[in-house]
Amino acid sequence: MNDTIKFKIDSQEIVAKKGQTIVEAAKDNGVYIPTLCNFEGVKPKGCCRMCTIKVNNRFMTACTTPAAAGMEVENDSAELNDIRKSIIELLFVTGNHFCPSCEKSGNCELQAFGYRYQMMVPRFPYNFPQKGIDASSPKIIKDQNRCIMCKRCIKTIKDEEGRNYFAFQNRGSELAVVLDKKLGKEMTDELAKLAMENCPVGSIIYKEIGFEKPIGTRKYDKQPIGSEIEV
Amino acid sequence: MSKKITIEPVTRVEGHGKVTIKLNDAGEVTDSRLHIVEFRGFERFVQGRPYWEAPVLVQRLCGICPVSHHLAAAKALDVIVGAGTGDGLTAVGDKMRRLMHYGQFFQSHVLHFFHLSSPDFLFGFDGDPVTRNIIGVIQENRDLAIQGVMMRKYGQEVIKHTAGKKVHGTGAIPGGINKNLSIAERDILLNGADPLNADKMVEWSIGALEFFKGYHKANVKTVDGFANFPSNHLSLVREDGAFDIYNGVLRAVDTNGNRILNDVDCQDYDKYIEEEVRNWSYMKFPYLKSLGKEKGWYRVGPLARLNVCDFIPTPLAQKEFEEFKAYTHGKPNGMSLHYHWARLIEVLHSAEMIRDLLNDPDLQNDDLVVKGEKLYKGVGVIEAPRGTLFHHYEINKDDQITLANLIVSTTNNNQPMNTAVNLTAKSFMNGQKEITEGMMNAVEVAIRAYDPCLSCATHAMGQMPLEMTLINEKDEIIDRKNK
Repeated sequence: MNDTIKFKIDSQEIVAKKGQTIVEAAKDNGVYIPTLCNFEGVKPKGCCRMCTIKVNNRFMTACTTPAAAGMEVENDSAELNDIRKSIIELLFVTGNHFCPSCEKSGNCELQAFGYRYQMMVPRFPYNFPQKGIDASSPKIIKDQNRCIMCKRCIKTIKDEEGRNYFAFQNRGSELAVVLDKKLGKEMTDELAKLAMENCPVGSIIYKEIGFEKPIGTRKYDKQPIGSEIEV
Repeated sequence: MSKKITIEPVTRVEGHGKVTIKLNDAGEVTDSRLHIVEFRGFERFVQGRPYWEAPVLVQRLCGICPVSHHLAAAKALDVIVGAGTGDGLTAVGDKMRRLMHYGQFFQSHVLHFFHLSSPDFLFGFDGDPVTRNIIGVIQENRDLAIQGVMMRKYGQEVIKHTAGKKVHGTGAIPGGINKNLSIAERDILLNGADPLNADKMVEWSIGALEFFKGYHKANVKTVDGFANFPSNHLSLVREDGAFDIYNGVLRAVDTNGNRILNDVDCQDYDKYIEEEVRNWSYMKFPYLKSLGKEKGWYRVGPLARLNVCDFIPTPLAQKEFEEFKAYTHGKPNGMSLHYHWARLIEVLHSAEMIRDLLNDPDLQNDDLVVKGEKLYKGVGVIEAPRGTLFHHYEINKDDQITLANLIVSTTNNNQPMNTAVNLTAKSFMNGQKEITEGMMNAVEVAIRAYDPCLSCATHAMGQMPLEMTLINEKDEIIDRKNK
């Protein structure tokens, strides 16, 4: 039985294992499809829409769509890249992302996308929200003005009993990812550092050790996001 | 008819300033003011932020001297993280920060003198404004201009290798630094191809001093007589009285050299210094509490530092310092244009210090950070290129900043700059039938001697043309001149 299938991304032939999503198959073949909410080890949800592609001329999310034989996928096109840029711009204007003073700068995926898609000035007006900071945990600070609600922390930061440290609160425009007050006070160093690492932006900050990595050694100082996949 | 003259904005000055000069019916200057007309608000919006963000956030006050704010904030936070009040860091932490600071002193002073002030000396205060700028300097004195540009570049390279980048780096963190200096980086700075190496910078610094001293000799009356007035002087000094721009105690002397603030702990600065608010400027007026508002104001910056310290701990700068002190027979020097003389002695000292530090193997150590018992208040005082800089932070139990008080160098020099403007306006404009561009520039020369950088207290945006408006007693505009 043959476990592989073939399809095309931007006319390039892709060989995928059966059951792989388009994002996974693309990665294995050295093709980069940008993702933001998608996170290794977590079931994909397709909520941020950064991985928007066209499959047989229909918009789909590459992180949730299984690869299928004969697919014609459009990925690195001007139209799709502008959609992705607009998503990044929307995330910038709906939060307060001041890179110059943010310690995630250089390691931030949102900032890295801003550079990759050459965002200069967002096409949308800034909201300048005032959502506050939860600094009550002895280990982390949760800056709500920087949260892009990707759910990575909700899905990956759990205690040994599987209890979530983070959860959604409220609905609609009031929606927020909040830290469980009780669990937050008992957070271990390891989990706090992991939470900061898994957060794609500077919304979760490990306390009291800021700007430890010198400029020039940060994740995206030398090469743009996605270059680790692109051939 | 009495007039009010407005110079707005002041040019070749980083930041937005405005000068108003009132003339009476006889054409005599009756009053003058340097207004700072922009508001920045860093002290307010840093509140609520995690304390370790402050050194990176607050340095955005300025693009010329961000290192000063970066280090002053880091020093204040050293106290908060229990790393002591200046002498508690590891050798590499202390020396890397000093190297960063001397690199900045070097580039900032060079920018101040060569790029912003030298046109006034080369072309005269009333020279043609078309050429009275750095481009004119390049055309008139190519070697001098190239030296200025390359010296500034060298200082910026020192900053890059210590802070991570040339402007707005992240090198200093609470309790220490985030990088040491690699052997490769050291060799670039120490032995780089001419002219970008430490020895050449020392040589060119001596040359810059000779240039100024030559100008001084040929123009003694102008240099000595321009905005010459007595004042108190305040500065940081090392505990043994040595010139030190990074760490020490606060000392102030009066116009005769008597101590009026005797080597006090920087953590207690608010016991000795208070700020007055006046309704016509966003910049406050600091003064020594013990002497009161009228008599307690003081100068800061290069002139004040050399008036306050006992000696400079590098040989070539010390020799120049002795000549400088001998000129006023050991008494405090009150001549505003001597700021440039003092500034260039500091350039030489910075070059010597950079060279000495680069030869220090401690810079390659790996013990970068020190922490101890946490405190909730910290004060960091540093000598920025324009003068003494105070950063004071308080935090809550959740590590958020609850209070920030910054007294920047420009603010400390507020009253002296106003006094210099007043004296210059009187000297150049009293009884004159027409106010010329050269007269207006003379007022700016006075400001530039102290500070080409109002952005710490204000807001800087692009080029600033000069506008002068003549206003009568009824505040009616009767004439307007633009540069």
